[in-house]
Amino acid sequence: MSLRTPIGRVRGLGSAKEGTHHWWYQRVTALALVFLLIWFAISLIVLADASYQDVRAWIGHPVVTGLLLLTIVFTFYHLKLGLQVVIEDYVHTEIVKLGTLLAISAACIVAGLACVLSVLYVAFGG
Amino acid sequence: MSAQERPLSPHLQVYRWQITMTLSILHRITGVGLGLGTLLMTYWLIAAAAGPGWFADAQEFVGSIIGRIILFGFTVSLMLHLCNGIRHLFWDAGKGFDLKNARASSVAVLIGTIVLSVGAWAIAYAVRGDL
Repeated sequence: MSLRTPIGRVRGLGSAKEGTHHWWYQRVTALALVFLLIWFAISLIVLADASYQDVRAWIGHPVVTGLLLLTIVFTFYHLKLGLQVVIEDYVHTEIVKLGTLLAISAACIVAGLACVLSVLYVAFGG
Repeated sequence: MSAQERPLSPHLQVYRWQITMTLSILHRITGVGLGLGTLLMTYWLIAAAAGPGWFADAQEFVGSIIGRIILFGFTVSLMLHLCNGIRHLFWDAGKGFDLKNARASSVAVLIGTIVLSVGAWAIAYAVRGDL
């Protein structure tokens, strides 16, 4: 084990360049989701009695398709950032932490992609 | 580093209960809960893409007692995370972070959550026209 202090070991290596990246994009996605989720919640309320055809027609409308894609991307990005903080706060065994973070990223990407593809399929695939 | 187990902060047991700490942990719990809820949204969208049979199954599940309980929990979580998230954004802008305002906005978030959740369901039932 080195006798050098932690600060001594990193000095001179340059900055990490994106130290505020996580914090900033959590806020950016949060602000976007304030508007997107209010729209999404109102839409679901109005769709409470909708038939299969109604829902398909709604998803297929160009404005709705676009807003849904934005909602999906921002939601899963925000979710990934949020769950990452929770894991980093409570899991301190390095290998378990790394594995869990990778699993969360993978799950968010897979679920997000499934949502995006479903919306695009309804909008363009018929 | 010594391998000896030392006490770690925060020492939750030494604090008197405060409403701000309740909102803090609720924000995190509802955030994780909403994460699980996105799986339901994913299932619903896939079902809408997969066809009428799949969609009917999804609607039946969402409309069942268990489905409605999950959906109501999802609604409450969403409204609380949304209201408290807006509160966090004000804090990030440097507004309302003093003790008095932080406590007042805690209460506002809880009231907002109840009003928005109950309101959303009342309107949804009015749209459906049944129970």
